[in-house]
Amino acid sequence: MPVDTVQEKVVYERPRSLADVPNHYCPGCGHGIIHKLLAQCIDELGIQESTILVAPVGCSVLAYNYLRVDGCEAAHGRAPAVATGLKRVHPDTTVISYQGDGDLLAIGTAETIHAANRGEKITVIFVNNAIYGMTGGQMAPTSLQAQKTKTSPYGRNPADVGFPIRACELLNTLQAPVFIERCAVSSVKTILKAKRAIMKGLRNQVEGKGYSFIEILSMCPTGWGMEPREAVSWMEAEMVPVFPLGNLRDR
Amino acid sequence: MSRGRAEIDRERCKGCTLCIGACPEKILAMSRDSFNRQGVPYAECFDESRCTACMSCAIICPDMAIRIIRLVTIGGE
Ligand code: SF4
Ligand code: SF4
Ligand code: SF4
Repeated sequence: MPVDTVQEKVVYERPRSLADVPNHYCPGCGHGIIHKLLAQCIDELGIQESTILVAPVGCSVLAYNYLRVDGCEAAHGRAPAVATGLKRVHPDTTVISYQGDGDLLAIGTAETIHAANRGEKITVIFVNNAIYGMTGGQMAPTSLQAQKTKTSPYGRNPADVGFPIRACELLNTLQAPVFIERCAVSSVKTILKAKRAIMKGLRNQVEGKGYSFIEILSMCPTGWGMEPREAVSWMEAEMVPVFPLGNLRDR
Repeated sequence: MSRGRAEIDRERCKGCTLCIGACPEKILAMSRDSFNRQGVPYAECFDESRCTACMSCAIICPDMAIRIIRLVTIGGE
């Protein structure tokens, strides 16, 4: 009589492009999930050897320690400018600029808009956690109205410092970008969607299409002063209505 | 339904509990009286027989502390 044999198959493990080292991020920080998604997409597209990651200033300043691809560090906010240079000199590579909200929308607003407007053939991963994490929880361009931070202890007051900036909608007024999508990493469902968007953004570069922008809402439990699962609920209840998820452009 | 198990590397776990919220079978919990070398409780599976290898816990883990093994039955009748 034939006997059943049970085989073990590993169906989820560390992607090759993600270094086997502990990361320095706080417990429950979205950066770890986003790094993993990037590494999975790089592996699946087989572009590890030809990818250049431009690391930002902010909590993910050490991203090059975790993603096993070529890299370059940019001064605060200048990642898209550095990425522009790299991509123009090495058109056959896949160049990713990985940036937080302070980097991309405060000190680097000009670089962000002009790289997008020129249609540089790069992929921008914008990690929006509505706060400055690394420097201790100050108000960011994307902090919500009434959100309390170290520098807005009574809540962000738009009459004083303006409303949160919606990067995807802003860039969607420009002609050149080929792909703009806002995602989140608050649940398995949104994470899988975010992975599809990153895949598309990278594939656009492999196919030589043009500028792709992927905004990812990400938890910063430490900056928000919350437990990680509380941070997930806050993001879904408070951030998503201000920063609606979805694709704005896919050409 | 497929079967499997989640292999949790307790030394990589930072105790964020995101996997516990994500598991549809509700079979993950934080260790009660033991801590890893970072000094935090870590995620554990207390009923492997109910694991469906759905990967939810691994997908949400920000620290890549979880590997998923699926049990595949071959042959037989
Ligand atoms: S401060 Fe916030 S963004 Fe920075 S590592 Fe901690 S949780 Fe992540
Ligand atoms: S694989 Fe699915 S069922 Fe098994 S422990 Fe993880 S989340 Fe739970
Ligand atoms: S998600 Fe990962 S780091 Fe967080 S408790 Fe589970 S195993 Fe630990």
